[in-house]
Amino acid sequence: MIWLTWRQFRASAATAAALLAALAAVLALTGPGMADDYAAGVAACKRRPGGCGNFYQDFYHAHMAAFFGVTVVVLLLPALLGLFWGAPLITRELETGTHRLVWNQSVTRTRWLTVKLVLVGLGATAAAGIGSLAVTWWAGPVDGSAARNIPSFPRMGPLLFDARGLVPVAYAAFAFLLGVAAGTVVRRTLPAMAVTLAVFVVVQLALPLLVRPHYAAPVRASRTISEANLDDFFVGRNGEPVQLTVQAQAPGDPDAWVLESRLVDAAGKPTGGTINVSTTSGPCAPEQNAPPGGSRSAQPPEGRSPIAACLAEINRLGYRQRLVYQPSSRYWAFQWAETGIFAVLAAGLAGFCFWTVRRRLS
Amino acid sequence: MTAVLRAEGLGKRYGKRWALADCTLDVPSGHVVGLVGPNGAGKTTLLSLASGQAVPSAGRVTVLGGGPGRLARVGFVAQDTPTYAGLTVAEHLRLGARLNPRWDDAFARERVARVGLDPARRAGRLSGGQRAQLALTLGLAKRPELLFLDEPVAALDPLARRGFVQGLMEAAAEQGISVVLSSHLVSDVERACDYLVVLVASRVRLAGETDALLAAHRRLTGPPGAPPPGWHVVAAVHAERQSSYIARADDPAPDPAWTVAEVGLEDLVLAYMSEDR
Repeated sequence: MIWLTWRQFRASAATAAALLAALAAVLALTGPGMADDYAAGVAACKRRPGGCGNFYQDFYHAHMAAFFGVTVVVLLLPALLGLFWGAPLITRELETGTHRLVWNQSVTRTRWLTVKLVLVGLGATAAAGIGSLAVTWWAGPVDGSAARNIPSFPRMGPLLFDARGLVPVAYAAFAFLLGVAAGTVVRRTLPAMAVTLAVFVVVQLALPLLVRPHYAAPVRASRTISEANLDDFFVGRNGEPVQLTVQAQAPGDPDAWVLESRLVDAAGKPTGGTINVSTTSGPCAPEQNAPPGGSRSAQPPEGRSPIAACLAEINRLGYRQRLVYQPSSRYWAFQWAETGIFAVLAAGLAGFCFWTVRRRLS
Repeated sequence: MTAVLRAEGLGKRYGKRWALADCTLDVPSGHVVGLVGPNGAGKTTLLSLASGQAVPSAGRVTVLGGGPGRLARVGFVAQDTPTYAGLTVAEHLRLGARLNPRWDDAFARERVARVGLDPARRAGRLSGGQRAQLALTLGLAKRPELLFLDEPVAALDPLARRGFVQGLMEAAAEQGISVVLSSHLVSDVERACDYLVVLVASRVRLAGETDALLAAHRRLTGPPGAPPPGWHVVAAVHAERQSSYIARADDPAPDPAWTVAEVGLEDLVLAYMSEDR
């Protein structure tokens, strides 16, 4: 049975192995050079007074195309394995009638399906594992700069969390068995592929939005507003209130996943960015800091900033940034939790496949 | 003689439709059995149930004195004789050897050579007749005690049919196995079978050894009207001047007004197929 399964699977296994080897070769050739550039750049900018903000931005933008390229590869890999290895696994036999040949040898359907699922399933998880491992290793420096860029892509965030580390392996196992299960129900390859893709996309969108935030109770923090977390600051002409926005980033943890970031007043109510502070007199009057009607970025000028006095007044009035986030220290706990969830889903689908193949197909 | 295949009130339902209902059958061993019936009569369903590929919705089926699904002892050549298009003939034999504990490799190689199959050729490039021979070889070389064949020749040209049936008969005689062969054409089974089962609309209409069936039935031609006493009419054709019957005689009374002639297997089967009940 192993021989037959391998004989049927070897061509697509060879194709996948060749593609993965090509990807790994490209990453192996470019990875070390990029890591050296990053290490040297970070070491240099830490000695400069302006900090590393500009370096991270430049480094990220220089490698943005490759960053998204490899990320998309890892995101798509499980879906492709489900579509092209999972869905046709049974339907190809049903469509050509060969299930009636192989089921009439002296091997039970259970054994037949077990060997197929284990062998091809191991191939699928290995492919996803190798792909994810190579990309995770290669992309370390770009991921570091992407987390500190604006807009930022933190390691815990929905894009990178899905495309790095352990979870792609679990996604691949799930997608593969989803494809097989869909095939045993739909019994035709193309519709089975369509069903697999639709269900997989829904699960991949729903899980990060609805389930993943609750693996652990998120950290809640209330931060004073300072130039460290200020994003944009605007003082209107003619006594209009101050408008400001804050950066959605956890303090000292750029890789954290920020679930909520709001500016709240002393009563704890969200303000939408409007600050009721006098702009005709006092620390926030435009004459004292910015030119009237001018907008100031968060980049503080050299020396003591005139915004600081206004920010101090805003803080005194009780305005705070309210943050809800999952810190990056929970990265591996979350990876394991999600891997476990998908492993359970995959096991359920495998059980369903055995049931349909034994009881429903003929 | 023990029964190789016995069905009692056997039925199979797909959704609301009964593909086979209340089928009762008792096939003794050592025969080449022709299972004949029109399309949709339930032949494929009956064979699927008997080979354990499907689970009955009603009744019971026993094969070789036990439950169905005794994979090693029962062979099955499926409808349209499926093979793996991408695998060569030799790889099919290897498949058989790997998946069957009682595989007779010498027989398989010898048979492939005898029917003129190139071991290096992919099954997808074989003709329909060659593919059927390959499927039959796989079915025989696993050394079953009972071999089911579901319409194996339906898609073949007359020459390939003859070759296939010939090969089947030789092998069945050589190995002394029981064979159940389904077909919607009597001519396919006429040459090969010594036992006949006629299945119409999921019910068994006629079952018995071919010679005995032929001996028990006659074609009667005589004056219009009812047939002579002692005959069980199977089918009747009434014309202006005379009536013609195919009938079974239990204890016929000789009647000089009637011409009695032997009936061919095909006419006999057609008579049972068209019989209204």
